[in-house]
This record gives sequence, C-alpha cells and structure tokens, in this order.
Amino acid sequence: MKIPYKWLKEYLDLDVSAAELGEKIERTAVEVDSVASPSAGMKKVVVGEIVAMEPHPDSDHLNICQVNIGEAEPTQIVCGAPNAQVGKKVIAALSGARIADNIKIKKSKMRGVQSNGMLCALQEIGFPESVVPKEYVDGIYFLPDDAVPGASVFPYLGMDDDLIDIDVTPNRGDMLSVYGTTYELAAIYDQTPRLNHPDVPENTDQKAADLITANVDKDLAAIYKLRVVQNIEIKPSPMWMQIKLWDAGIRPINNVVDATNYIMLKYGQPLHAFDLDKFHGKQVNVRLAQPNETLTTLDGNDHETNPNDIVIASEDAPIMFAGVMGGLNTEIDDTTKNVVIEAAVFDPIRVRKTAQRQNLHTDASQRFERGVNHGGVQEALDAAAQLMHDQANGQVAQGTVTGSDQDVQPVLVDITIDRINKVLGTELSVAEVTSIFTRLGFGVEEHAGLYSVSIPSRRWDITIDADLIEEVARIYGYDNLPTTLPTGQMTLGVLSPAQRQIRATRTSLEAAGLNQAISYSLTTEKKAAQFALQPTALTKLAWPMSSDHAFLRTSLISGLLDDVAYNEARKVKNVALYEQGRVFYREDDQIRPTEEEHVAGVLTGTLNDSTWNDHEAKVDFYQMKGIVEHLLRDLAVVGPVEFEATADYPDMHPGRTAAIFVHGHRVGFVGQVHPRVEKQWKISETYTFEMNLQMLIDMQKSDDQYNPISKYPAITRDIAMLVDANVTNQQVLEVIKKRGGAHLTQVKLFDVYTGSKLPADKKSLAYTLTYQDKTKTLVDEDVTKAFEKVEKFLESELDAEIR
Amino acid sequence: MSLQDNLNALRDEGLAKIKATDNLKSLNDIRVALLGKKGKITEVLHGMKNLPAEEKPKVGAFANTVRDTLTEALTSQREKLEELALDAKLNAESIDVTLPGTPVAEGEPHVIQQIIDQMCDLFMGMGYQVLSGPEVEEERYNFEMMNLPKDHPARDMQDTFYLSSEILMRTQTSPMQARTLETHDFSQGPLKMVSPGVVFRRDTDDPTHSHQFHQVEGLVIDKHITMADLKGTLLLMVHELFGEKFNVRLRPSYFPFTEPSVEADITCMNCAGKGCSVCKNSGWIEVLGAGMVHPNVLKMAGVDPDVYGGFAFGVGPDRFAMLKYGVDDIRDFYLNDVRFLTQFSKKG
Ligand SMILES: [Zn+2]
Repeated sequence: MKIPYKWLKEYLDLDVSAAELGEKIERTAVEVDSVASPSAGMKKVVVGEIVAMEPHPDSDHLNICQVNIGEAEPTQIVCGAPNAQVGKKVIAALSGARIADNIKIKKSKMRGVQSNGMLCALQEIGFPESVVPKEYVDGIYFLPDDAVPGASVFPYLGMDDDLIDIDVTPNRGDMLSVYGTTYELAAIYDQTPRLNHPDVPENTDQKAADLITANVDKDLAAIYKLRVVQNIEIKPSPMWMQIKLWDAGIRPINNVVDATNYIMLKYGQPLHAFDLDKFHGKQVNVRLAQPNETLTTLDGNDHETNPNDIVIASEDAPIMFAGVMGGLNTEIDDTTKNVVIEAAVFDPIRVRKTAQRQNLHTDASQRFERGVNHGGVQEALDAAAQLMHDQANGQVAQGTVTGSDQDVQPVLVDITIDRINKVLGTELSVAEVTSIFTRLGFGVEEHAGLYSVSIPSRRWDITIDADLIEEVARIYGYDNLPTTLPTGQMTLGVLSPAQRQIRATRTSLEAAGLNQAISYSLTTEKKAAQFALQPTALTKLAWPMSSDHAFLRTSLISGLLDDVAYNEARKVKNVALYEQGRVFYREDDQIRPTEEEHVAGVLTGTLNDSTWNDHEAKVDFYQMKGIVEHLLRDLAVVGPVEFEATADYPDMHPGRTAAIFVHGHRVGFVGQVHPRVEKQWKISETYTFEMNLQMLIDMQKSDDQYNPISKYPAITRDIAMLVDANVTNQQVLEVIKKRGGAHLTQVKLFDVYTGSKLPADKKSLAYTLTYQDKTKTLVDEDVTKAFEKVEKFLESELDAEIR
Repeated sequence: MSLQDNLNALRDEGLAKIKATDNLKSLNDIRVALLGKKGKITEVLHGMKNLPAEEKPKVGAFANTVRDTLTEALTSQREKLEELALDAKLNAESIDVTLPGTPVAEGEPHVIQQIIDQMCDLFMGMGYQVLSGPEVEEERYNFEMMNLPKDHPARDMQDTFYLSSEILMRTQTSPMQARTLETHDFSQGPLKMVSPGVVFRRDTDDPTHSHQFHQVEGLVIDKHITMADLKGTLLLMVHELFGEKFNVRLRPSYFPFTEPSVEADITCMNCAGKGCSVCKNSGWIEVLGAGMVHPNVLKMAGVDPDVYGGFAFGVGPDRFAMLKYGVDDIRDFYLNDVRFLTQFSKKG
C-alpha cells in the first residue's frame, strides 16, 4: 500500500525525511518496497492556461495553442489532444522540461509550426493509466480553475509529496490503512496521534430502517451494517481526496464511490455503496449464491457464481460478491440520488476463495482476507455517511440498519517481565516494558512484574504472550538485543554412519574425475519411466506447471542425460558427472512414493582431454566400470563384487551392460546408454552407472585390518591361452583362483587379443600369476607344480589352448 | 736400466697419458696396457722373480706404490671424465619447463553442496545434528504442524505441488522441525539440529525463481534459549560463510511457525554497505528468515511451551551461492554446464 507522507503528517508531528521514515518502518514494523516522490526526475512542468487556439493548417487533429505560462506573453504550443479547450488550466511541459520516463522536451516545429513545449496528459507525467479519471484518459488533464499559470503543477496534483510503499505481512492487516500506520508510527516515535472521529448529521425525519432492511447469515458476515444517504448530488470529489486516491493506486470516479474508497484507505474498512433506486425490493440478503446465479461486476465482466461465494442479493438477484466487488446492476452513476452504504465483516476464507475463484483480487478482498478491525466498522460507516453529507449534499437517514453485530471487547493477554527477558535475552525493566505497551496504545496493568495487557480491537493479530514479546522486541529494537550463543548441556554434533558414507561416495567419485550435478527431480512422463533399477509405478503431480516437470524421477540417469544434452548443445563435448540423491518408487496402490538414496554417473567424450603430450582416450565401458569398482572399494563393502552381462535394461546397450552384484545382491548396473536412447536425448556415445546407494549404506562394511607384508620373495609365472571368444575373463579367473593353490596371491590380466591373427571365434588372454608364502621362501618346483595344475584345469574346464 | 728406473719411467709415462686422456674408452685402454694381465707393470712385476731374494721386498714395495699411484690416477681421471660425460648428457636432456603440466582429472562438488557442507560442518562443531527428511511430505508436517492450518492465507505464499490432498512435494525444510520435535527425548539434552535438503514450489522457472531449490533448516530447543542466541548464531554463520567483515541486522517479519519472526539482512557484498542498485541503496541484502519457535508448533509436537523454547531459521543455499559468487540465474545450478560446475573449486 502506498501511503502519502503528507497524509501521515496530518496526524503526527514527523520531521524526518521520507527515506528515514521508510527505514524506520522497515526496521520496526513491515517491509518498505520503495519511498519515492511522484515528481522525482521531472522538472519545468507548469500550469498553463490556454488563452487562444486555432487549428493547425496542415493537420486534421493538431491545434495551435497560445498558452499563458505566467509570463508577459503567452507561448505557442502545438497540441493534439482532442479535449484541448480555451480557458482551461492545463499541464504544460516547457522547453527544457523532463517528464515521465526521463523524456526531455525541446522546442520544435510540428508540421512547420513552432511549438515551445507540450501539453500533457496525466500518463505523460507518470500516472498509471489505471488511476487517471475516466474523462481524462484520452486527453490532457484540466487543473482546477484557480491554478496559477507558471506555477509548478506538482503541488496541485500531490506530486510534491513522497509515497511510502509498504509491503504488509499477512499478520499486519491493520497497517493496510492510514490510521493503522499512524498508530504504528505513534508507537515508534512515542507520540499521541491527532485522529478525528466522525459526527454524522442525521435527518431525523427519515429512518433508515424504513427504507431498507437486512437479512444476514451470521456465519457469513459477523457484522453487517447499512446506512442510507438520500438526495445526493453526484459530482467529482474535491482535489485533496482525488490526490489521496490516485496516490494509493485507486481511480477517482465520483464523490460517492470516492468517499467509500477514501474511508477504506483511512480506516482499513472496505465499504460498498449501491444505488437504492436500482435495488429490487426492500431487503438486503447476505447469503450463499444459489445455483445458476450470475453477476456482472463493476469492471464489466460476467461471472458464474459458485455455491460457496457469499453474495449480497436483492429480492431477485445478487448485486455483489460480498467483500470482493459490486455489481453493475446497482452501480452508482451520474443519475444516482439515493445511496446505501454497506460496512461489514465477511468470512475471510470465503472472501479469499471467491477472489481466487472469480479472479477478482481487489483492495477490499485483500483487506478482508487479512482481517479488519471488528471494533471499527461503525466508525467507518459513519465517516463515509458524513463525507457524503458534506461533499454530496446528501441527507443521512436516521440510524444504522444492523443485520448482524458483535460485542467487540479488548483482548486481555497476560505476561511477565521475566518471560519477556527470558525469551529475548534482555534485562529490560518493568518501566521500559510498560512504556513500550503504552506507546503501542495498549492498556497496561502491572503488579510485581506480572502484566495484564489489554489489546485494542485494531490489533487483532495479538492474542498470546509470544505476540506481545514480538511487540516489545521490535519497538525496543532488534539492534539493541545482545548477541550471544546458546549455552547449556553439551551435545555431540557428528555425521551419522549413513551421512559419512554419502560424503565418502561423493569424495570418491570426485577423486575419480566426476563433477557433482544436481538435476531436477521432476521430469517428463517418458523420462521418469526410464532407467529404473526395479519395476515401479510412476508418481505424477496433481497439478504440474508443465509437462516437462510433471513426474517424479525413478532414476538419476535420466536427469544426468538431460545435463549431458545441455552440455553437448552448448558444444561441451567432454562430460563427466555424478549425482547423489533420491529417486521415487511406488507400488500401484501406494499414494506416497518410497524415497531411495541413489548414486549415478555419466561419462561422454573423454575424461582426460588431449594435451600436447598425450592423446585423449575416448571413454569406454571399462573406464566407467573402473569408477564403480573404485567407489565400491572406498565404501568397503564386504563380499565379492561381480559384474554380469545383462540385457535386462531396455534403455541400455544390450551387449555393453553389466548388472552389479555385491555379495550376491544386485545393487545396480553399468554400461553404455542404448544408442536409440542416445538419439532420443541427442547425445553422443555415453556410459553410465546407477546404484542403489541405500543398499550399499545398509550393507556390512569391512573393518580395516593390517595384513602383514611377506618378508619372502614372490615368484611370478605368465600364462597365455587361446579360448573360445565367449569365454569370459570372469570364468578364467574362477578356474585360476580355484585351482591356483594356497600360495597364489594375485592374478593379473595383462593382455587380451582378438583379431586377424586368430580364428574369429577365438581370443587370446594372458595373465600374470603371483605366488608368495608368508612363512618361507617358495621353492621353484612347488610353484611349477601349482602352475601346471592351473594349466591342466584351464585346458579341461575351458578348453583352453595354453600357448 | 734397473727395474726401479723402468718402473719410474712407466709411471711417469702412464701418468702423462692418463692426464691427457679425454674419453673413458682410451682411459680403459691405458689401464689395460699398464695394469692388465699382459700390461707393462704386470710384465715388470713378472721380472721380479729373477731378482735376488733380499731385493724382492724393496722392489716389490716400490712396484706396488707405482701401481697404486697409477690406479689412483686412473680412478680420479675416470671420475672426472664421467662427471663431464654426465654434464653433457644432462645438458642434452634439458626440457621446456614452461610447457603445461599434465592435468589431473578431479571432479568438484556442486557449489550448493559446498555451501551446505560448510554450514553443516559449522553447526556440527557447535553440537548440532545433521538430519535429512522426506522430500515427499505429508501436508500435516509441511503445513498443519507448522501452524499453517487449512485456508491460512500464508499457504498462498507457497504454491505447492500436490500428489494428493494429503501428500505433497515439501515446500520448505521446516517440516523437519515438527518431525524432530515429535521424536526428540528432551531428558537426553537439548535439541540442536540442521536439516539441509531440496524443496519444491509451484513456480515458473526464470532467473530468480526455480521450481526446485534448497533450504537448510536450523532448530535449537532447550530451557533457556533466547532471541539474543539466535542473533549470535546467525552472525556466526554469516561470518563463516561470507567473511568477518559482513554484519547482520534483523527486521520484523512474519512466518506462521515463529513468533517473533524476523528476516535477516547482511551487508551488501556488491557495495560493502555503501548502497547500490543491488541492495536498492539500503546497503543490506535479505538472506534468511528466522524467529522464536511459535508455541503452537511446540504444543502440536507435544512439547510444553512453558518449559521449552528456542529458535529456528531457514537459509537458502541457492541464494547464498548467488550472492557469494555473483551468479545471476538460479537455473544455472540445475542445468549442470560443466564450465559452470568447475568454477567453484576452492578447497578449504
Ligand atoms: Zn549494495
């Protein structure tokens, strides 16, 4: 809400700059979005009086105006406004002037005719079109007749003021009013505000209750009051009121509508005025909308009502969405004579829902949603009636028609000085705290440090002692609080074993050259279904923003492939990434998916870029597998780690993928992304792995234990063999290890050959076997014997041809 | 010529030749010629068998001296030549030390991870546990138990991805407050925890909004925790993450789950507090929300607000990273351009 500084000064003695005031509000109450003067950056914009006017000879819409700008001779300005008129006081931007958007005005010739400036519409000096009075939207603005030619226009339009734009939090609805803000500033600056209160001159010859009655569902409107003003004269509001309205972003319309808006700004109580003569029947009904009821609102839009909307209705039709916007059928117009003013408190939740449903977020609905002062309804109603009496020559019918009402009493909240100091960490005295409550306008009773604080209804946000502590803290000043750290019983802060292993996982993969990625957990339906380690139902958002982020991921790989695609599209060819995070599995009958910690990696291009002394090596299956082995070693899982060729994963290359087993449990897979899927993502050859990290965390871990290094020399033997192409390294290793004897300590593959020198269905494998004994030097013959045994079994079990 | 004269002559001639030699090959030839099995000295020594017995020791001793002298000279000349040869070899091996070193392929933690780890390490040092909660949350924990009942207007501030009417993508890490309050055994001491994690909002992605981002929740509940403790804790965190020269100020704000509620600003990193366009000329930048835990939150979790109380805060590591490193588009954190990821590699 934008509040003009001068309005506040009507009630308080404030001599600080507007910027300082804004800062104070921000530090003590609510956020301030901006403090700015509407005329900031503009100059040489003065009152001009059109003293003569003739049509431009070479134009069908331009006029040549002679404009009195307070100098001896009028100046000539060419103007295209359709409403330019001799005798009117207008806004003249002279040569050298700056107007809105930093536009500079210069002398010029318009179609050959000298023009020494520009006559301005309000939009041209910074007014948003939405606040410009309707009659001036398409033309220049007419200043009051008593405006002095040559004087700056800014004071006439309220533009010499500063506007403080406060951003009110949901709990401080009281500050959506000038009075509420005034009370707040009174507390901050320790002043007593000079607030005025209405005194309605009533026409005792006419009782309001004889003109209208109200039938109210109390659950919908806790307070509902009406007044009637008769025989009014519709005309524009006085300038001072128009200025306050457009400063707050509200378009001035006429003296009746403006009065209701002005009172809303002043008191925070939304009001509505409607034309009594257009209202069908004598009874105003406050009820829920009925089936098939429609309403055309004041903005001209048609709405279907919803059975949960509160409507104000005549005998036959709704005339308003209660607390939101009135209807066109009872609009105040130039012919209106008799007016009903409504002041009420509507159910805030229903108002909010109606505003959302009908997409009608108004100044009124915004206030009802956050609450209004239940104790201030009558005063606001009276103030509006008085304004219509004073400014529209209306006669206020006697009495208020009350459809529902409440007995509003101050709320009592108890608190002790000790509690306040204990929570804030302060040593405030009773006198200091009493002074703060008093400044806030609260009633205070104190006995031996025990307070009973009486909260006026205008601060409906305060109901418990914590609320009072906040009041003390912010008025005392957060800067004045001491700065300490918690003391008390010591606690231990260490990572849990699972957290340690997650960190170890990250460190291990980073050491292997992969960068950590954090991708989106929400993805497309298609991608969500890809690469899952186990069969799962997909989890869909009820109301996604877009189909790109509509399903929960069931694998990390799909996100990593998005990252690869993003990099490749931006000409980054080498991508090495890993991600550690949650995937979401679900059984069909489950609503809430199961979250599982996973880890995955991708490699494409090369891990080591080519350098001046080394060629780049394209990534391959074995590089990715090596990283997986490295990670599993770092995690110290107990039991054998095995890789088994698999074609189980439809999105993986069927000949280049291995399932990963740890201690017999399938924990994930590693391999090349299926070329079809690579095409889907528009990426080049990519290797990937994904493992269920939670499973790895939960597995038993080996404790490190020192293994003494043998003092006796090791003996090595190399073996080369020809085997069928489909015999795997794993099979060979199994035979060697099984038959190698007690002293075989290591088997290392050092060569694999397939090619032109061998038959197509054969391959050559070569291994180094290392023998060692911890207790003595091995004898050559023993090793030879063991080695020959291995050779024999390779021949018999794998049909190997030893070379 | 006596044997001795002969030896003297061989010695002088040998020493001269040795000294004149400039390569190891000819030095070896000299050695063989003098001291080898058929060398001249050896030959002379063979002639000793014809000498009278009483002369043998004297001449023998002299012959040994000559042999030793020559051996020594040979050794020293060889060492000298070897040294020269090595110098020449090393000289030939010189390389351009300004050529680039061989790169080490090492990956980096994500910048948001770095900030989260840094915060967790700081708070663990102060006795906080690190806890992680579900990313798919029950509405009860995400809203109800955080004092945001159904139809609370503040729910509109956090547009939510729902899976069903009761299940949603958590919009904040605050539900971990309720979850830990519910389970903590206060007889074992105070509750001190931080909970980092990813959160979701129904938002359209743009440079300053992301439907997915991170939060770190902090919570301390004990019998004597004050707002001054909150202030000191936030100041310490800002010093750790940004540096000692950054200051913190608190401003009143509103969160349903804290009362009093504050927003914390830190000194603007762009202008060091002088005022600039980044901080809208205030010299301060808003970085986090905090407050004293609302009694309703304690009550709903079964904790007596008359006995226990404390503070909570919620930090956005994405925003911290943007401010700290000048990242101007939050989407960069989730698109994982390798050139982006590898820029944040400072260790320690
Ligand atoms: Zn700044």
